[in-house]
Amino acid sequence: MDNNLQSYWKANLRILIILLVIWFVVGFVCPILMVDQLNSIQFGGFKLGFWFAFQGSIIVFVILLFVYARLMNQLDKKYGVED
Amino acid sequence: MTTQLLTIIFVGITFLIYGVIAWLSRAKSTDDFYVAGGGVSPLANAMATAADFMSVATMLSVPGLIAYLGFDAAVYLLGPPGGFLLLGILIAPYLRKFGKFTIPDFIGDRYYSNTARTLAVVCAVFITLTYLAGQMKGVGVVFSHFLHVSKEWGVIIGAGIVFFYAVLGGMKGITYTQVAQFCILGFAFLVPIIYLSMMVMDSGFIFTSWGGKTADGVYLLDKLDGLSREFGFKEFTAQRRPTIDMFFIGLTLMLGTAGMPHIIIRYFTVPKVSDARKSVAYTLLLIAIVFLATPPLAAFSRTLMLESLNNIPYTDVPDWFKVWEKTDFLSFTDKNGDGIIQFVGGAANELKLDFDITFLAIPEIANLPNWIVALVAAGALAAALSTAAGLLLVISSSIAHDLIKKQLYPEMSDKRELGISRICIGVALLFGIYFGINPPGFIIQTVALAFSIAASTFFPAILMGIFFKKVAREGAIAGMLAGLVFVVVYIVYHEFLGGKADGYWMNISSQGIGVVGMLLNFTTTFLVNKYYGNEPPLEVQQMVEWIRYPKGVGGG
Repeated sequence: MDNNLQSYWKANLRILIILLVIWFVVGFVCPILMVDQLNSIQFGGFKLGFWFAFQGSIIVFVILLFVYARLMNQLDKKYGVED
Repeated sequence: MTTQLLTIIFVGITFLIYGVIAWLSRAKSTDDFYVAGGGVSPLANAMATAADFMSVATMLSVPGLIAYLGFDAAVYLLGPPGGFLLLGILIAPYLRKFGKFTIPDFIGDRYYSNTARTLAVVCAVFITLTYLAGQMKGVGVVFSHFLHVSKEWGVIIGAGIVFFYAVLGGMKGITYTQVAQFCILGFAFLVPIIYLSMMVMDSGFIFTSWGGKTADGVYLLDKLDGLSREFGFKEFTAQRRPTIDMFFIGLTLMLGTAGMPHIIIRYFTVPKVSDARKSVAYTLLLIAIVFLATPPLAAFSRTLMLESLNNIPYTDVPDWFKVWEKTDFLSFTDKNGDGIIQFVGGAANELKLDFDITFLAIPEIANLPNWIVALVAAGALAAALSTAAGLLLVISSSIAHDLIKKQLYPEMSDKRELGISRICIGVALLFGIYFGINPPGFIIQTVALAFSIAASTFFPAILMGIFFKKVAREGAIAGMLAGLVFVVVYIVYHEFLGGKADGYWMNISSQGIGVVGMLLNFTTTFLVNKYYGNEPPLEVQQMVEWIRYPKGVGGG
C-alpha cells in the first residue's frame, strides 16, 4: 500500500474509533449501565436514563451516521480517493 | 361500512399496487435480479431497506413487548438502530466497494475457499429461514383475524403474493415494491398513534407528547406507574431484567442487525461507496421515525388497557373482545367466579393476552374509527411481505449463485441461473408456509435466534475480512463454525428442549447469547490463525487493501 493510502486508512480508523466510543456511551452507558444515576435527573415527564433508552440513543445514532458520511466524504477528497 | 369490508378493500388496493409495480419492474438479467442493476438511488434504496428491515416483529411484537415489560423491553428498540450505526461505519461501504452480489460471495472470495463459501450459504439459509418463519406467523395472524379466512388460507394467499413479485422482479421488483410498502407501513403505524395521542394527551405531536401531563394534571408516565402498581404489575419505568442480560441482548441485537444478510446486500444496489454511506444514514433516519413513535404507542396502549379492561362484567365485553376470543390470542378465565374481568399482575390475573396482538387490538380497544383498524391490518401485511421478500432473495441467491453457479456448474448461463433462483424462492416459500401454519413460539423469539446466529457468524467474519488482512481461511472457517454451533446448541437447549431459565449461563438469556458466540468466533479465529493458518495469498491481501478506499468502484 502506498503512503497516501496508508495515512488515509489511519485517518479512517481514527474516525471509526471516535464514533465507536460515542456509540458505546450512548448505546450502553447511558441507557443500561448508568441508567439509575441518570434517572435521578427528571425533565418534563421523563427520567433521563429511561428517555435515553427509548428515544435519546436512537436520535444520537442517526446523527452519528450523517456525521460519518460527511467526514468520510471530506477525507476521501483530501486524499484524492473519492469515487 | 363494516370493518371487515374496509379491511378487504385496503388490503386489496395495496396488493394491487404491489402487483403493478412488480410487473413494471420485472427483472431481465441476473444483475437486475440480485442487485437491481446496481442503479437504485440512495433515497429509494433507504426506503426499501427500511421496509425490508421493519418486519412484523417491529410493527407488532416490539410495541407489545414494551407495553408489557416497560423499561425491560427498551433493548429491543435500542438494538437495531445501534446495529445500523455499526453496519454503516464498519461494513456497508467496504462491501459496496467489493461489488458482488451476496455475503457468501464476499466470504468465499475473501477467505479464498469454497468451504468458507458453503459455510456462509448454510448460515445465510439458517438465518433467513428462521426469520421468515416469524414473518409468516404475522401474515397468518393478520389474515385470520381481519379477513375471517382460516389461518392456512391466509398464509397461502400472502405467500402467493410474495411469490408473484419476488419471482417476477427479483431485487428490482422487490426494491420498488418495498418503497411502496414503506410508505404504507409508515402511514399505517403513525396515524393510529396520532389518534391515540390526541385521545390520551390532547396533543398530536406523538414523539414528545408522552412526556407530558394528562387531563388530570399528572405526568402520563407517573400515572402509568401508578396504574401498574394499583393492579399489581411491575412499574412501567422500573427495571426488573438483570443489567447484564439487558447489556447482552442489546449488544446481540446490534451485532445481529449489522450482520443480517438481507440488510447488508441492500447496499450493493447503490452506484457508489459514498452513496452506500448516505443510504445507510437515510435508512436509519426513516426507521427512527417509526422507532421513536413506538414507546409512546406502548405507553398509550398500556394506559388504555389497564383503564378499560379492568373490572368490567364479562357479559358487557365489546364486540372486538369476542372476535379475538375465538383465536388463541385472548382468553378469559373467571378464577374467582364473580363474572368480572380482573386484569392484574400475578396469579389472580384472569385475562390472558398475547402481546403480539397489542397493536392490532388497540385501535378497537380505544374505539378508533374502523378505517384505522383496516389501515393497521394493511400496514402489518406490508411489513411482513416486504421483509419476507427480502429474505427470499437471500435464500435464492445463496443457493443459485453461491452454491450451484459458483461451485457446481460454473459454465451455467445467466438465464439458467435466474430460473434456478426462481425455483429456490418457491421452495423457500413452502418452508415459510409450513412455519406460518405451525408457528414456533412468539415472533420475537424466532427472530432473536436469527439475530444471534448473524452476530456470531457473519458479523465477525466480515469484520475481520475487512479490518484484519492477515486473517486466513483456516481461522475464519473455524471461527464461524464455533460461533454457529455454540449459539444453536445454547438456544435449542434452553428454548426448545426444556432447559430452565435459571440455568442460563451468567444470567444471559438466549436472546443475548449472540455476543458470547461472537467472542468465541473471534477467539477461535485468532488462535487458529496464529498456530495453523498461513498468510492469505498476496492477491487476497491486495483485494482487502483495495476495498478500503472508495476510488475505482466498479459498475453493477
